[in-house]
Amino acid sequence: MTPAHPVPVGDVALPARPRRSRWSLGVEWIIESAVRLSGVSAIIFVLAIFAFIFREAAPVLVSEQFDPLEFLFSVQWYPTSAVDIRYGTLALTVGTVSVTLLAMVLAVPFGLGAAIFVSEFCGRRTKEALKIVIELLAAIPSVVWGFIGLTVLSRLVVEHTSAPVGVNVLNGGIILALMSVPIIVSIGEDALKAVPDSYREAAIAMGATRWQLVFRVLLPAAKNGLLAAVLLGTGRAVGETMAVLMATGHAVQIPDGILDSVRTLTANIAAELGEAPAGSDHYRILFLTGVQLFAITFAVNLAADLVIRGTKRK
Amino acid sequence: MSFAAASGSLGPQGTPALFSETAFGRRMVRHEAVARGVFLAMTLFMIAPLVAIVTHLIVEAWPALSLEFLLDVPRDRMTAGGIWPAFIGTIYLVVISLTVAAPIGVLAAVYLNEYAKDTWFNRIINLAVINLAGVPSIVHALFGLGAFVYAARFGYSVMAASLTLAVMTLPVIIASTREALAAVPMAFREACWNVGASRWQTIRGVVLPNSVSGILTGVILQVSRAAGETAPVMFTGAVLFKAVERGTLLPYYLDDQCMALSMHLYVLTTQVPNVPEAVPYATAVVLLGSVLLVNGLAIGLRVWLRTRKRW
Amino acid sequence: MTTSARAVVHTGVWVCLSACLGAFAGCRPHAEGAAIQNKGSDTMVSVAQAWAEAYQKVVPGVAVEVSGGGSGTGIASLIRGTVHIANASRDIKPAEAAQVLHNTGKEPKDFKVGYDALAVFVHRLNPLEAITFEQLAGIYREDGAFTHWGQFGLSVPGCKRDEIVRVSRQSSSGTYEFFRERVLSNRDFKLGSLDLNGSKEVVELVANTPCAIGYSGMGYATSGVKMLKVAMRAGEPAYAPTVEATWQQTYPIARSLHMYTLGEPTGIVRDYLDWVLSNAGQRILEESGYVPLSRDAGAERR
Repeated sequence: MTPAHPVPVGDVALPARPRRSRWSLGVEWIIESAVRLSGVSAIIFVLAIFAFIFREAAPVLVSEQFDPLEFLFSVQWYPTSAVDIRYGTLALTVGTVSVTLLAMVLAVPFGLGAAIFVSEFCGRRTKEALKIVIELLAAIPSVVWGFIGLTVLSRLVVEHTSAPVGVNVLNGGIILALMSVPIIVSIGEDALKAVPDSYREAAIAMGATRWQLVFRVLLPAAKNGLLAAVLLGTGRAVGETMAVLMATGHAVQIPDGILDSVRTLTANIAAELGEAPAGSDHYRILFLTGVQLFAITFAVNLAADLVIRGTKRK
Repeated sequence: MSFAAASGSLGPQGTPALFSETAFGRRMVRHEAVARGVFLAMTLFMIAPLVAIVTHLIVEAWPALSLEFLLDVPRDRMTAGGIWPAFIGTIYLVVISLTVAAPIGVLAAVYLNEYAKDTWFNRIINLAVINLAGVPSIVHALFGLGAFVYAARFGYSVMAASLTLAVMTLPVIIASTREALAAVPMAFREACWNVGASRWQTIRGVVLPNSVSGILTGVILQVSRAAGETAPVMFTGAVLFKAVERGTLLPYYLDDQCMALSMHLYVLTTQVPNVPEAVPYATAVVLLGSVLLVNGLAIGLRVWLRTRKRW
Repeated sequence: MTTSARAVVHTGVWVCLSACLGAFAGCRPHAEGAAIQNKGSDTMVSVAQAWAEAYQKVVPGVAVEVSGGGSGTGIASLIRGTVHIANASRDIKPAEAAQVLHNTGKEPKDFKVGYDALAVFVHRLNPLEAITFEQLAGIYREDGAFTHWGQFGLSVPGCKRDEIVRVSRQSSSGTYEFFRERVLSNRDFKLGSLDLNGSKEVVELVANTPCAIGYSGMGYATSGVKMLKVAMRAGEPAYAPTVEATWQQTYPIARSLHMYTLGEPTGIVRDYLDWVLSNAGQRILEESGYVPLSRDAGAERR
């Protein structure tokens, strides 16, 4: 602490520096504590979510009737049966995977293509405009997407394919693709922007066309960031609830093709959570599927984070 | 500025114009055009559905859209009248959830950007923020049900639903605030430290005021997320119908259940019979329109504030 | 502006904002317990909403909060003790009633508020007119053998692959449970049916899908579907789902609609239930497409 009385330094006596009041320091300490507490809030919530869900699910794991093999690999999902209760989630998992896979097959090429276009082929004004359009696409609520899938798209699917019903893997896949594309485009565009201009300049100097520039230079250089974009888009598709609840037909079966209806893990929880009395086996099994979902999205996000971190270290 | 725009010395399509004097050069120009065409097509293919969908929605919704539709309460078994309770309910949920989430999020971002050193603990916090952002909405609903409805004994209520939405919007507020804080040049902070300001004084006096625009934009963009989510509110406090007197500006209390636009669209589509076709479309248009309007405001704010930046 | 003036303005702004937020959040005079929570059957949700809407004019201070989710959801909430009135389109099971008693200390009290016929719907162009329980079970039950309309000797115009698209309800639904108990003899449904959320959704999907068959409350019928006559056994007369057939219990899949409360209801809940059972409430029930308790109920102003 500086002394309050003047201290001679050399030949000149410096004036006293005013000390901050105790009150002001106290307020600052309170605020900094609040800041630190808020800082850890994110961890607290993630851990809290996992803890709650796991706590609700855990008792069923140790009960005698629970068979993990049946849970993971059986197609028979009869949680409310009067004669033979069976908890098999294979059809639900396959439902989630099939819709997500179709969505990624549709979204990744178009999303990456759009990201490349916005990043490499656009003037500044067009780029701003396109980015705004993409942000608006991302803002469409999932229930509106579900509504579109159920009303508009199902009619189109029935008209143009041989599907008997319009709500199926195809419908859900298209809707999820449209929902994931904005994420892929915005993160992919960030990844491409991060590639230094010197790469581009060197390629042009060697006589490369824009096509070669993109495929031979930019995509390999930005591949970590692009991979992260795809992973985050996948995470979004896996975790989507309302849109698939309305657009996939909600049928427990392993699909023979994209024209069959399916049920996803997320839609299953949303549909059955209300009726399961708190604390019952059904309730706990639903929370267990919630743990499954949380684990899948956690893994996908962790992978994306590691991939991005790998990029930064270069 | 992108390399594309910076390469002004190149021809309109980016390849050096003088290369088109040789056969090889002409082939390159052709490849150029093909590449541009392909990627443009992919972008348009992505945007076209958006335009088509929004147009279709508005066209189908037109017969039912009016100011009356917004201000009136549902009548005649929800086949006539309007959506006012759902609209004001959504506003309730959004305002309360952001009031809770924004301070926590901003302070958390201040911590992560200004106070945290690069230790393993802080890396875990970063990871937690990213993961919280990726949690499926139904898992948020499960958490909200278990934590706020049952454990905290709020019951099915506006309070429980808003808190669930707050947890959902928190990570993105943290991320966007961090970006805004990081955009403030280090020199500003250094100047403050040089005149003897403490860390908090610097933040409060210089860093925060200069990043308000980014913070506001980030928070406003979360309005669309909070307004549009159905699953988290469906299980914690939103109902199919609650009778509200026409013209009531503040119909809900914190321990009441409420109607919400997203939930209303869902029930109109799946549970309410004999609804005229235009009504769910009109509800979707109001929801989408409000969301896009708010987002547009945020983007406009961001663009306007960027022009006013002094550095 | 001087520093102190600015401080005053800032404080003033914060106070105003807090006051507004407080008013918004409900820190204002609040009438005591003026909401009734009513949850449960999706079949009954349309009439529950109509009741809530009408009751607003009868007793303006009391708001009824209506949500669906299925009879199972209503009863689960009753078990938890978080709802005043649970709607159910099926009877409460003894095990569930025991759970209610165990968890809340009160026994669920049953109020029968009307009847409903569970209709079997097909597309309006489907030539089928009547069906037996055995045929329905053959379509819907886990070991059922009917997968194509050809097996009925029919060809449905517009049905591309001749397969029967089974439309059903989610397991939370009382309709689902009632159908399973009455038609499938408590055996399980075949997996792969489209298990929809709402009664109206079922009818809408059947109306748009020539290959489909579905079951839902008769009040949800539209012009795009046809209701089949149902017979319990082959050779017996098949009855159409009508109000008369429901009262006389000749239609084999007729059921009663219930509202359950926690113990004997008092106060505003009692008043509401009395009103629902009165002529006014029963008339609304009839207008919604359900069957009132008796011929006289609701007949006052016919």
